[in-house]
Amino acid sequence: MSVSGLPSGNHPKWRSWLLTDTPTSRHHARIASLYQGWLSFRSNPMAMFGLVILLMMGLIAVFAPLLAPHDPFVQDLSNRLAPLGADDHLLGTDSLGRDILSRLIYGARITLYIVILVALIAPVAGLFVGTVAGYAGGWIDTILMRITDIFLAFPRLVLALAFVAALGAGIENAVIAISLTAWPPYARIARAETLTIRKSDYISAVKLQGAGPFRIITRHIWPLCISSLIVRVTLDMAGIILAAAGLGFLGLGAQPPSPEWGAMISEGRKFILDHWWVATVPGLAIFLVSLAFNLLGDGLRDVLDPKDSGS
Amino acid sequence: MSGIVIKNLNVWFDGAEERVNAVKNTNLKIVQGESFGLVGESGSGKSTILRALTGLIPTWSGEMNVTGERLGRHRTRQFYKKVQMVFQDPYAALHPRHSVDQLLSETLRLHGFSNVDRRIEKLLDNVGLGPTFRFRYPHQLSGGQRQRVAIARALAPEPEILLLDEPTSALDVSVQAEILNLLDDLRRAHKLTYLMVSHDLAVVGHMCKRIAVMQMGEIVEIMTIEQMRDLNPQHPYSRHLLESSLGYKRQKEQVPQKP
Amino acid sequence: MTWLEVDNLWVKFPTRNGIFEAVRGISFSLGEERLGIVGESGAGKSMTGRAILQLIRKPGQVSANHISLDGDDLLKMSKQEIRKIRGQRISMVMQDPKFSLNPVMTVGEQMMESYMLLGKKSRSEVRNKVVEALEAVAIRDPSRVFNAYPHELSGGMGQRVMIAMMLIPDPDILIADEPTSALDVSVQMQVLGILDKLVQERGMGLIFISHDLSLVSSFCDRVLIMYAGRIVEVCVADKLHEATHPYTRGLLKSLPRLDTPQERLAVLTRDPEWARAESVSGVK
Repeated sequence: MSVSGLPSGNHPKWRSWLLTDTPTSRHHARIASLYQGWLSFRSNPMAMFGLVILLMMGLIAVFAPLLAPHDPFVQDLSNRLAPLGADDHLLGTDSLGRDILSRLIYGARITLYIVILVALIAPVAGLFVGTVAGYAGGWIDTILMRITDIFLAFPRLVLALAFVAALGAGIENAVIAISLTAWPPYARIARAETLTIRKSDYISAVKLQGAGPFRIITRHIWPLCISSLIVRVTLDMAGIILAAAGLGFLGLGAQPPSPEWGAMISEGRKFILDHWWVATVPGLAIFLVSLAFNLLGDGLRDVLDPKDSGS
Repeated sequence: MSGIVIKNLNVWFDGAEERVNAVKNTNLKIVQGESFGLVGESGSGKSTILRALTGLIPTWSGEMNVTGERLGRHRTRQFYKKVQMVFQDPYAALHPRHSVDQLLSETLRLHGFSNVDRRIEKLLDNVGLGPTFRFRYPHQLSGGQRQRVAIARALAPEPEILLLDEPTSALDVSVQAEILNLLDDLRRAHKLTYLMVSHDLAVVGHMCKRIAVMQMGEIVEIMTIEQMRDLNPQHPYSRHLLESSLGYKRQKEQVPQKP
Repeated sequence: MTWLEVDNLWVKFPTRNGIFEAVRGISFSLGEERLGIVGESGAGKSMTGRAILQLIRKPGQVSANHISLDGDDLLKMSKQEIRKIRGQRISMVMQDPKFSLNPVMTVGEQMMESYMLLGKKSRSEVRNKVVEALEAVAIRDPSRVFNAYPHELSGGMGQRVMIAMMLIPDPDILIADEPTSALDVSVQMQVLGILDKLVQERGMGLIFISHDLSLVSSFCDRVLIMYAGRIVEVCVADKLHEATHPYTRGLLKSLPRLDTPQERLAVLTRDPEWARAESVSGVK
């Protein structure tokens, strides 16, 4: 982002420095390759659209207290179920008279919190299990992959429900439950990638320098798996948000009165025929953010695919 | 002094249904400082010998000695300091996300060298690449430059023996000439022993003094370069291989040349 | 008899750093002959072959004054007409048969399908034709190959199947892009022998794209040498060693030779002038 904001007078010089094929230092090389990735990302308008939406969501979450017109928890029973565009309540109010817009804005924080935590836990666990299984092979592979299969065999939401039921309701437990159900696909991807990578000549070459398995996995295999995992994570984000919303909807995720989007839909469900906006507006928010993640993931795939970079 | 001595080497791959014998009962003796060629068609087992030597294929039996030491199941780092390998495809032999600098410094550190910076510059200089190449990624290099980087990596631990697995078959002829010249210079400068595998008899003929012809996992003939130049091999398969590599011969019902 | 005439062909690719010109205004003709196109990677030889059949993918652009097949301009044809030409009058054999054959269909089915596309005939009739075609490319056991899947064939066998398949419509022109580079030398010679025989017996025109100078000079009738998207020299194939352009001479000299020992191989120094010079006409 910072590069595009440079003063235009400096542009040609910066550009040639950044687009060089002959970097002069470690930092220069890294920055140049980042910039080139950014350029190819920028040429995809849909991905940019996704990125802009997610950046806006991030800003909204950070500045929620400044942006929200009302306190999301204050009830006003005299003014309940106000329609869209009502005075002082742009998106109406819910069954307890709380301002829906404010609740959406604060809800962005919860959604972002869930998404970030899951994105940190599930792919990392999957990467670890998958690369170890793929590289070690033999009985280690068999054991790890059968465990993965067991997790994969359960419907996701049902498994998450079982975990939440065991751990108790709440956002953190919802995150743990979702992570526990989300890692197996990452392990599968990481293993598949590892199986092709480990046969390649550059892995053989580093073995011939006497490198051990730990170094090979962490330094040589991980960097190549991570890109496809990042893409997969962004594409899965929509599903994660929906799972969190689903748990909220079932009353097993975020607890009232916290303004989690799924829980908001759940509350609005009772009035969906007469007061449709109460459930629809948070539904649209979920839709928009999920869509943004999907578009971003598509764009990232074009940038991060190692076969594509160069030549 | 003997560089590589191989006795009764068998190498196999355990397939799903049956065991595939890639190398059968092979004997080979390569003197230190020699440059020795292995030729044959694909599947003849020539690359398999190199991979078994370096420990990349664990399923072998027989005896392999390198500079007088008998090899066991596992290769030590000490072994890799003595024996290094250059791979066939320079596009596959370099990690796509590692810069030249990362690649060489990792290699040097693994072998416990200090003053890595100085050594990297010297290695790049040795293979005819300037310091400007140091921070490039593989996709910013041409095929020939990549192969030079791969050679620099193989030279990094200062080995005595270099195993060359078709080092130029993926390159254009003009680049091939440069790489072959470089390998020749390096051999002289560092007193290296070469074991070179190729399907191209002309390339092996240019680089090596003695040549073993392999067919279906067995060495059918070991000949000197003079024997090969005189087109006088003893074994019919060697003769067939030699004739095929001289170019295409028209059948007798040749159409008249058009002006 | 001239089958094909290419006049001022350009192939361009827009990139981030401007337009990359893969082929820069080349002209040549093809008669009943084996025409070799040689050059190093990036010289534009494969692009030339693909451009004739309009197989250049977007965003690449092909332009030319004309590419005429027997007098009809290929550039003016609709997509549908081109597809017909591609199937029936000009065929192409690629380097690696594994990527060109459908992995989940047997060889015989695939070949029968291409026959069926040409016109409705009975299945048994088509089957016989396929077996004949397989025999024509010196496959000894056609019925086994007929029922095999592509992965069950060796490289040489796969390439022969490809050639047999390309010959089904009895094309006027065969474009072979490095057809033997993935094969061992002895198999290479067999495949070349088959191509050679087909050109002679059927009066086809063959465009043989390769990086291997000695192979092209021993196999072809006429050779175009390409450098940086242009033709730098046109030679009679068996007079290739008398070539005069410094690039061609440099390439020839950089080859290690079996018969004469050399202390060092000659290294080619590229003159930027070569890339700037006008393209030589390959029209006969």
